[in-house]
Amino acid sequence: MDRSERIAALESEARRRILVMDGAMGTMIQARKLSEYDFRGDRFVAHGQDLIGDNDLLSLTQPEVIREIHQGFLDAGADIICTNTFNATRISQGDYALEGTVYEINYEGALRAREAVDALFEDEGRRAFVAGSLGPTNRTASISPDVNDAGKRNTSFDELREAYLEAGRGLAKGGADILLVETIFDTLNAKAALFAIDELFEEIGERLAVMISGTITDLSGRTLSGQTTEAFWNSVRHAKPFSVGLNCSLGAKELRPYVSELSRIADCYVSAYPNAGLPNAFGGYDETPTETATHLGEWAESGLVNIVGGCCGTTPAHIAALAQGVSGAIPREIPAISSGMRLSGLEPFEVQV
Amino acid sequence: MTRSASPNSASTNTASTGFINIGERTNVTGSARFRKLIEEDDYEAALEVARQQVENGAQIIDVNMDEGLLDSKAAMVRFLNLIAGEPDIARVPIMIDSSKWEVIEAGLKCVQGKPIVNSISLKEGEAPFLAQARLVKRHGAAVVVMAFDEAGQAETAERKFEICRRAYNLLVDQVGLAPEDIIFDPNIFAVATGIEEHNDYARAFIEAARRIRSELKGASVSGGLSNLSFSFRGNNAVRESMHACFLYHAIQAGLNMSIVNAGALPVYEDIPEDLRERIEDVLFNRREDATDRLLEVAEGHRGGGAKKAIEDKAWREKPVRERLVHALVHGITEFIEDDTEEARVALGKPLLVIEGPMMDGMNVVGDLFGAGKMFLPQVVKSARVMKRAVAYLNPFLEAEKVGAGSSAGKILMATVKGDVHDIGKNIVGVVLQCNNYEVIDLGVMVSAAKILDEARKHNVDAIGLSGLITPSLDEMCYVASEMKREKFDLPLLIGGATTSKVHTAVKIAPNYDGPVVYVTDASRAVGVSSTLLSKTAKKAAYVEDVAEDYARIRAGYARNDGRRERLSIAEARAGRLGLEWQGYEPPVPSFLGTRTFTDYDLGELIACIDWKPFFEAWDLHGRFPEILDDPKVGEAARPLYDDALEMLEEIKAGGWLKPSAVVGFWPATTVGDDIKISHEGVSTTLHTLRQQIAHSREGRANLALADFITPAETGITDYIGSFVVTAGPEIERHAVEYEKAHDDYRAILLKALGDRIVEAFAERMHERVRKEFWGYAPSEDLPNKALIAEEYRGIRPAPGYPACPDHTEKRALFALLDAEAEIRVKLTENCAMWPASSVSGTYFSHPEARYFGVGRIDRDQVEDYARRKGMTIVEVERWLAPNLAYDPNLSTDAAA
Repeated sequence: MDRSERIAALESEARRRILVMDGAMGTMIQARKLSEYDFRGDRFVAHGQDLIGDNDLLSLTQPEVIREIHQGFLDAGADIICTNTFNATRISQGDYALEGTVYEINYEGALRAREAVDALFEDEGRRAFVAGSLGPTNRTASISPDVNDAGKRNTSFDELREAYLEAGRGLAKGGADILLVETIFDTLNAKAALFAIDELFEEIGERLAVMISGTITDLSGRTLSGQTTEAFWNSVRHAKPFSVGLNCSLGAKELRPYVSELSRIADCYVSAYPNAGLPNAFGGYDETPTETATHLGEWAESGLVNIVGGCCGTTPAHIAALAQGVSGAIPREIPAISSGMRLSGLEPFEVQV
Repeated sequence: MTRSASPNSASTNTASTGFINIGERTNVTGSARFRKLIEEDDYEAALEVARQQVENGAQIIDVNMDEGLLDSKAAMVRFLNLIAGEPDIARVPIMIDSSKWEVIEAGLKCVQGKPIVNSISLKEGEAPFLAQARLVKRHGAAVVVMAFDEAGQAETAERKFEICRRAYNLLVDQVGLAPEDIIFDPNIFAVATGIEEHNDYARAFIEAARRIRSELKGASVSGGLSNLSFSFRGNNAVRESMHACFLYHAIQAGLNMSIVNAGALPVYEDIPEDLRERIEDVLFNRREDATDRLLEVAEGHRGGGAKKAIEDKAWREKPVRERLVHALVHGITEFIEDDTEEARVALGKPLLVIEGPMMDGMNVVGDLFGAGKMFLPQVVKSARVMKRAVAYLNPFLEAEKVGAGSSAGKILMATVKGDVHDIGKNIVGVVLQCNNYEVIDLGVMVSAAKILDEARKHNVDAIGLSGLITPSLDEMCYVASEMKREKFDLPLLIGGATTSKVHTAVKIAPNYDGPVVYVTDASRAVGVSSTLLSKTAKKAAYVEDVAEDYARIRAGYARNDGRRERLSIAEARAGRLGLEWQGYEPPVPSFLGTRTFTDYDLGELIACIDWKPFFEAWDLHGRFPEILDDPKVGEAARPLYDDALEMLEEIKAGGWLKPSAVVGFWPATTVGDDIKISHEGVSTTLHTLRQQIAHSREGRANLALADFITPAETGITDYIGSFVVTAGPEIERHAVEYEKAHDDYRAILLKALGDRIVEAFAERMHERVRKEFWGYAPSEDLPNKALIAEEYRGIRPAPGYPACPDHTEKRALFALLDAEAEIRVKLTENCAMWPASSVSGTYFSHPEARYFGVGRIDRDQVEDYARRKGMTIVEVERWLAPNLAYDPNLSTDAAA
């Protein structure tokens, strides 16, 4: 099955039922308590600085570990698994002096997921999909790092665009079905990613499905860069994504009103993969699989979502409960949205035409 | 929320047309001051300019740094980056304005929102145009396209349109840009320059705008106004008047946004007639000497002659006919009797006054209301003027032995038996009267028999039923079936808060063979009535459409009904909310038995009013207090609010409202789903209903209110409270007085305020219960907003609402509290409370107590409930009709 057929299969599955994404790669890696030695593997034994914590590198140095984690989520019932490439851009890998390895990390990261998904199909005949993760990076294009100069920036649209283009090339080559721009806290970063994705599609002469997932920073319901949910959607809608949604930061309970808002306004599929509740005093997550599944199950039943999954703190047990919880629910129907010029600043603004 | 796309200015040029103001002050080519700030690198002050524009109502801000001596690209980037850090500026979209593509592209890389690019054109040919358009699309921006091609700027209407059409096809077909993201600027050039070729520029723009909006679907039209009046530099009064006139006509033609300070422009109607006419001669190129004639008067209008000429009483100088129309449209009663008398004398016959100026005025009101340019409170005020005039003329009409002229039709209206709520019905009545219908209003608590008798007696053309409480739904079905039995064929209109299209289609319509139509709100009543009362084919087609629509709804309802699985009552009880009672210490109220409060301090209650529902009663929707400044409905909401505050003062001063309450607490425990109350020899049972929905997942309880009280078997004594609060019967008396004085506006206003005050009273008493009387939250300190949002411990569910849908539970509460004797609140046979401005309910203190809906219940619970309450199953089914998960008319076997 080539990629265009897989994307068609993804589309047809989404029409039929609610799709389930996987849980937290980071949580699963942490649980294994890998050492500096494990992170380096044979290849980076002599690397000049510490590599512990560079999870994305494990796709190269501990491929079995990553494949197993993917496997675990697939066995739990995930339909879409995300590549282990959340920080695999030139900008974020700069912290480990691994800028030169970025393409490879993305390529290998996509391959690990591809292998797991293809093995599942061979073993069980069940089709799952690979979402190439493009994280937010650790810089913001529309917020100043300097309190004394609001006009200053520590990255630029073009720097981000080039970094995302490089990462996207690796993911596409490695066999991703979807490009997932996720955990967006600054919409301008995301717009650079979407710009790069559009360039990439032109370059490779084919289109992957695009998923977009923003992050609400606090209970005010805005992104870190200050946009409301609807303003955010207006800013990214031009990418004609397969889905738009929200992930991370809040637990399901706190996230519900904003998912509901997206559900009302988005003329594409809607995704949500919250954390396992809010972090506790130790930075851990307490929400049980049943609790997560109860919340998301209710969203499914209320027709808010098409795709659900977990973010920080969610394990295969959460995903299994979730898959169970939404199994019977009817997926949200994409609403017909009246035509209008939908602009935005921090807030949405519509010109009726 | 999406902000509405109309300006904050009150200019009638732009109000409610969906016209967008684009701020023009952050443009170095248009504002000398802004240019100076940028040149001097004073970005802080430059940001202030942007901030003020947004505060003054700019919905988009245009940023332009095209100045020869500036590094435009660096200035654009710096300014946009600074704006990004100012939330009160950055909330609106940006228009990135430059004639240099590299400046635009740099700007696009700085904004996280969706901006507008201003502009691109075919000036350099198709290739660069397409390349730039593709980048615009990739950046996710909207774009302004100038009517400019390889041959130059378009001057004639024909060429303007042709260039736009060519650009539109390229953008939509080749680039794949969404049509709604395209804005055309067909060039506004200077007129009245003395050069003959320029005379047609304004007309050409307007014509091009009209064609673009009608033929290039989805596209917008914009334009920069300042060029237009270039030849009148130095005479701002004339320039602004020219802009106002131009906008007025261009907006009608389809211009939907402009770089202009519309808030500063005069209102079109306020521009002196002679000036306006001469300006329009220029704009439309109507006469050869148009420019000269405008120049002649221009000097005389220097210095703001066009500003707000309307405040004074200039309209009093007009002929009486126009004065009457003015008074009706503006709702002014001050001179109405004198003017009516003058018209009567002048026209010779009283009937001619009604059929002439009065009808003219009401037609204007009807048209404006229909077009969304007037709102309910204003219409009701207009009706008050008309009623006063008609009341004045009545003795003369009677002397001549003629009726008040021919009407559009006669409509009987009534709030059905057992129900006392009439605000909505009265509003509909007034609106119909405004539209020349004769309304026979039978008032409240009207039996089916009386409705049919009066309908025959008055030979009416339609019957309208209203109701607010759920048993009224059943009563309406009964009226419908009686109409059928008595062989009526009049249209039956259904309205009121609990009614719905689905209920009308499924439950009422099948009982009657004539047309049955659900009317959403007052603004629909006229349209529906005029269609139903017309004698043309339109009526038959409409009746057929509605019938088909309702048949579809019934079919859909039949399919969905019972689709969701329900538990047996035994299973539902097993899934009750299992609270942990071990170690639970119920809070003890500070007193047991009842306590009565009469003549409660009104000032304290007024401070707690939740105003949002007050405006909703008048069909004005939006958040309070923002609604007062809403660009669309603000002009109606603000005076209504002022009138309400004034009436509250009157109410306070006159002692019209005597809010009273009776509150009580009793020891209570639960047995099954019943709450047993026993205190000093009094013993009563409150009966609760339990959710039977089959929750698809574990962990969700099937709730009943009884779950929030300790079960008898725990041996722990819990408590329950209950209350009735009322605004007092005086309110009804004063409302009647207003009605007699033909002042429906104030009658409705008073009742609407009564409702708000009693709701505030209920909220305030609940707060005192939590803090003092029950005292379990003594240190609770919530602002009014949080109270309205119910962010506190404990609930006060009311019978007839979702957690306790059975209205008959009020009987037990009233008996416990002796409410009728204590505070003179009565229950009707359908358990509506009289006076209508009353609220009753029970108090629960448990921290886990929450509001929920019982939802649909099954036959087994109905049977069980009937047994517990000592009622027949049929009785219970009647009271709980909206909550039944089955059709009681089908046999048990068929339902199972």
